[in-house]
Amino acid sequence: MYSEKVMDHFQNPRNVGEIADASGVGTVGNAKCGDIMRMYLDIDENRIIRDCKFKTFGCGAAVATSSMATELVRGKTVEEAMQVTNRAVMEALDGLPPVKVHCSLLAEEAIHAALWDYAEKNGIKIEGLKKPKEDIGEEEIEEEY
Amino acid sequence: MMEKKIIYMDNAATTPVKPEVLKAMLPYFTEKFGNPSGIYSISSDNRSAVDDARALIGTTIGTTPENIYFTAGGSESDNWAIKAAAEAYRDKGKHIITTKIEHHAVLHTCQYLEKCGYEVTYLDVDENGIVDLEQLERAIRPDTILISVMFANNEIGTVEPIAEIGKIAKEHGVLFHTDAVQAYTRLPIDVDAMHIDMLSASGHKINGPKGIGFLYIRKGVKIRSFVHGGAQERARRAGTENVPGIVGFARAAELATEHMEAYTAKERKVRDHMIARIEAEIPYARLNGDRERRLPNNVNFCFRFIEGESLLILLDGKGICASSGSACTSGSLDPSHVLLAIGLPHEIAHGSLRLTVSEDTTMEDADYVVDSLKEIVAHLRDMSPLYEDFVKKNRGDSYVQ
Repeated sequence: MYSEKVMDHFQNPRNVGEIADASGVGTVGNAKCGDIMRMYLDIDENRIIRDCKFKTFGCGAAVATSSMATELVRGKTVEEAMQVTNRAVMEALDGLPPVKVHCSLLAEEAIHAALWDYAEKNGIKIEGLKKPKEDIGEEEIEEEY
Repeated sequence: MMEKKIIYMDNAATTPVKPEVLKAMLPYFTEKFGNPSGIYSISSDNRSAVDDARALIGTTIGTTPENIYFTAGGSESDNWAIKAAAEAYRDKGKHIITTKIEHHAVLHTCQYLEKCGYEVTYLDVDENGIVDLEQLERAIRPDTILISVMFANNEIGTVEPIAEIGKIAKEHGVLFHTDAVQAYTRLPIDVDAMHIDMLSASGHKINGPKGIGFLYIRKGVKIRSFVHGGAQERARRAGTENVPGIVGFARAAELATEHMEAYTAKERKVRDHMIARIEAEIPYARLNGDRERRLPNNVNFCFRFIEGESLLILLDGKGICASSGSACTSGSLDPSHVLLAIGLPHEIAHGSLRLTVSEDTTMEDADYVVDSLKEIVAHLRDMSPLYEDFVKKNRGDSYVQ
């Protein structure tokens, strides 16, 4: 059901991990629905994304879109990273099954959420960037069974 | 290098046809092709093959051949039992009792009947998936016409108190149907002793072919024809018999019943070994389903902080076939209704894994699966923001898992 590229990025995900003292961190998704993505960005004084890492809870497509999104924004300026849309992520992965398109949307949202965090911390505005939705459901995950 | 060997751990989904079964079936595709309704000899041979199969299957659940009706499988049997009972008994009432953990063949049929003006009570189950007999008895009303409770659950393997439910149904004069697709030939079934009025079973779950099943209907239950157009199956389900399927199903049932004790003992040993190792070696794992009242071949765990589909793909990469109740595998946004019914929160239900063994599963296979699972669960947790949060939250506290 997945393209070879999706399988490759799922089985050998690029840039998994955390960045200590990241310039921006964004977490999107909802554990209830089965997907959470967290993006870490390291952005230099020229607003270039030097490094990008991710952690994802979710299906194969969720991991693959996160991995591809990190690849697409690395080395780009903040403004260029804003152009990395869900469509761009999907195209780079040679497509996704229709039921998994929301994963690519989540990847776009995760980049935006991390950029938003960076902009907030530095008191700057990024053209076209909106405040991310708070929808993580962390209190639910703390429930003991 | 990827492991080439395939380890099949999804026997609750389907099973391979045994060579003995295939051998019994093959002549009925070619030289013994006659329509059992014909009067020439090649047909009468087929007639008797079907009769023998029916008689044999009857003995596996303690009944006589005239109560066995061949169908195209478990889903058809469930549909027939419930829809036809609803139709036949609607003068008595329009209330049906079932549970929240039934197979969709039962649940969706009941939902359909609700649209047709019937009322359905969906019983809760406890944290292990067992029906509460007192709640069941309280749910019975003067207009209740049918109770449908599965013999054993396909996901978490919990075995329901069928004899007790049958007794309650009989005392209240309500029909009792059970979906025994998972239990058939793995657990002893006696339809009289258990007061079962209708029972569904399927061929491909017991090393028989796909596309064949049966519905047991107790004599005197006045349910009507499901398919009109011929005298087959006592005119209740018309259509030329699936002779190779029927012959194969009967041979599979014969083998499984004959070896039930030995096969299930082997399965239990492997099952218990896997459960013990997973519980000892993988932290934050929860066994789903009842420990004692459990299908001999079922292992079902939730692994916190990870998602089931990822787990399945990585297991597949190691040659292991398994299944999950995560949303991604169900095609909807919600995880398995069974896991939600036993009270698991959504995010934990997303991380479920079902491994169902067979009598051919070896201890080496089981160990390989657990070893692979340990590795994959750790890998996915390394990638999981939920696990990261959990670890950070607990850092500074006692650093134990």
